[in-house]
Amino acid sequence: MTQPGDTLVVEARALDAVFGALRERGHTLLGPTVRDGAIVLAEIGGASDLPAGWTDEQDGGRYRLRRRDDGALFGYAVGPHAWKRWLHPPAVVRWRARRDARGFVAEPDTAPPPRHAFVGVRPCELAAILVQDRVFLGGPFVDPAYRSRRESAFLLAVSCGSPAGTCFCPSMGTGPKAGPGFDLALTEVIDGGRHDLVVEVGTERGAEVAEAVPHRPAESADLYAARAVLAAAEGNMGRSLDTEGLKDLLYRRYEDPRWDEVAKRCLACANCTMVCPTCFCATVEDETDLQGTATERRRIWDSCFSQEFSYVHGGSVRTSGGARYRQWITHKLATWHEQFGVSGCVGCGRCITWCPVGIDITAEARAVRQGEAQGSRP
Amino acid sequence: MTIHTFEKILGEHPFFKDLSEPHLDTVVGCVTNVVFQPGEFIFREGEAADRFFVVREGKVAVEVFVPNKGPVTIETIEGGEVLGWSWLFPPYKARFDARALNAVRALSLDGACLRTKCENDPAIGYLLLKKFTELVVSRLEATRMQLLDLYGND
Amino acid sequence: MATTEPAPATVSASDPMRPEPFVVRQAIKETGDTFTLTLAPVAGAKFRPFAPGQFNMLYVFGVGEVPISISGDPARPEILVHTIRAVGATTRAMQKLQKGDWVGVRGPFGTAWPVDQAHGHDVILIAGGIGLAPIRPALYHVLLHRGLYGRVVVLYGARTPRDMLYPKELREWRSRFDVVVDVTVDRATMEWQGSVGVVTKMVQRSPFDPGSAMAFICGPEVMIRYAAQALQQRGTAESSVFVSMERNMKCAVGVCGHCQFGPWFVCKDGPVFRYDRIQRFFGMREV
Repeated sequence: MTQPGDTLVVEARALDAVFGALRERGHTLLGPTVRDGAIVLAEIGGASDLPAGWTDEQDGGRYRLRRRDDGALFGYAVGPHAWKRWLHPPAVVRWRARRDARGFVAEPDTAPPPRHAFVGVRPCELAAILVQDRVFLGGPFVDPAYRSRRESAFLLAVSCGSPAGTCFCPSMGTGPKAGPGFDLALTEVIDGGRHDLVVEVGTERGAEVAEAVPHRPAESADLYAARAVLAAAEGNMGRSLDTEGLKDLLYRRYEDPRWDEVAKRCLACANCTMVCPTCFCATVEDETDLQGTATERRRIWDSCFSQEFSYVHGGSVRTSGGARYRQWITHKLATWHEQFGVSGCVGCGRCITWCPVGIDITAEARAVRQGEAQGSRP
Repeated sequence: MTIHTFEKILGEHPFFKDLSEPHLDTVVGCVTNVVFQPGEFIFREGEAADRFFVVREGKVAVEVFVPNKGPVTIETIEGGEVLGWSWLFPPYKARFDARALNAVRALSLDGACLRTKCENDPAIGYLLLKKFTELVVSRLEATRMQLLDLYGND
Repeated sequence: MATTEPAPATVSASDPMRPEPFVVRQAIKETGDTFTLTLAPVAGAKFRPFAPGQFNMLYVFGVGEVPISISGDPARPEILVHTIRAVGATTRAMQKLQKGDWVGVRGPFGTAWPVDQAHGHDVILIAGGIGLAPIRPALYHVLLHRGLYGRVVVLYGARTPRDMLYPKELREWRSRFDVVVDVTVDRATMEWQGSVGVVTKMVQRSPFDPGSAMAFICGPEVMIRYAAQALQQRGTAESSVFVSMERNMKCAVGVCGHCQFGPWFVCKDGPVFRYDRIQRFFGMREV
């Protein structure tokens, strides 16, 4: 009987059996697929929807797909989508209310949560999910919408074999090997004649699915091959972030002139917050019908880059672009520690890739560190 | 009132308490006791500023008379505070009205007399100048805060 | 004049994201743009005990929701009192509410004035403008347990005499022998015979023992800064000074990110903060 902690080998062509087993257990498959020139996350039918033979080239403000010379199913890094789209959806109805002669009563949204299987969760993304668990499940208020989606989601992680130019997960301790929290974790091994998936079983739920598909126990050669893939990936990262004393450094540099420098380039477009897998800020909107009798309270993604984000009567607290960029980076790399006990950054590099002007969080942190070392006055 | 008592009163007053004995003596030489009734003017705008006051008890309104509006109180001075600085700065004329809001007991200091003493003894001149400048600075800071209209609707 | 309530509908009491229905029992105008609503639960909703300094999220159907400090007596939580200033769409809509209208309430949220920690100490309450509203519950509590505290001093600054909140109560408190009440305005009117000047000056001349006093300050941030400085000049430690902060709030439960002030969420780590803990960020611009 397959147990959590076991490592097995599943042939890549048997992946559809895994998907079948997941579907039989009531999960809708979400996974990577090529669409509009990017590898996005969407509902997938089977292994044929995966981006086989594709990889991504990423740099500051740059994303391109390129053909690989092999048929790797997961031979890319990450696309613009993060799994928070389904755990912490962009728009969620909290409650509905109707007005009658007396007044109104607000009724909660009782739609049952979807049951998803997240296929292809990168180690950085897995770490990001665990970070958001702290936000939504770890405080005095537990978000019931997040919890129900989180509990029902099957996490099929895939370790990274092809990091991209903006990746720096080793700096953040989140990859390229998947950390704890997955149901199943795959490492894709393409070697001479074989195309296998070395599968680590994380949970009972994962064991049950693995048991249902053709597999064999992993031998030392398989483990060695998987380790080699990860070691190669670790040496192939495009960026790095020095996290030594980073929190305290940023606390000291709130008035660093660098923030106004960045502000000259930053468009406050909020792309970074949308693609970041840990960003969770949301606003609350009430939408009422034209007769004014029915209303819906929605929680909608928001960004600290917007002018209204910090609005208190009379004006916003953070009006300048520099203050808003500073808010984002100090939250991500410093105050997040105070709030949730970990860094807010998992090193996925999306904010660098999808920034239209290529602002680089690793470069900004480096600049502030150098600025202090060179005695620039805050 | 004996001069000895004035020394004690002045010496214990927050404004003068760190003056040395000889300097305190100099100042005391210019002191008299005064009492104002509720509503009585202590000085009027434009008058020669020959005196300043150390308020011991009571409340004084520093006012400006605005045509069509009447007297507008811009600040109130209470026990422990000093009233009047125009005696030290040319043209030595009061800039505002000062009116007792209730029964006010104060020490009145002869500004003209003190000015002469300051000219003759730069040490005490410098000391008094420092003290009054501090007073003006703290009033200016308070005025700026009042101007900010912090409680107003933005 | 009692009104009989319709049979209560079942309302889940455990979802802090959903407002519960309350009815306006009384709506009174305080000053030009400030008014007080007295609310009571309806349709199966329950009143909730609160601690002085906490706030509720108040919701006007079809308009919006805003955080408002509770300004009533914590010993009488069944009478929910909110003093509100009309500054935006939702608060202006609230200004038009009348007796019998419904309001959505969720809460109470946030940290409270440390009235228990202050036992045995002099208590200085410093309020500016509408800041008196979140301070009043603390004063109610202190007066109810008067024997447990040392000197009690209330310092209140308002824009003009006409903008003073709760003038009748201020006079009542001032007439007590066991409370010192000092009120000042930035700008006087013709009839005003009281102090004119800034709240900080009142701190300088107020009768309390700086070494053992605990101060609660509520008002505009600039006023808080200067009042805290004035207290420090008199010898009161910053760790004995507590202030109430304000930031944009949407969820009020610490998951939407809007109310962040440095590392803190004002909705759950505040609004009441110990001044020495936040001093670092307090003086910083745009934080």
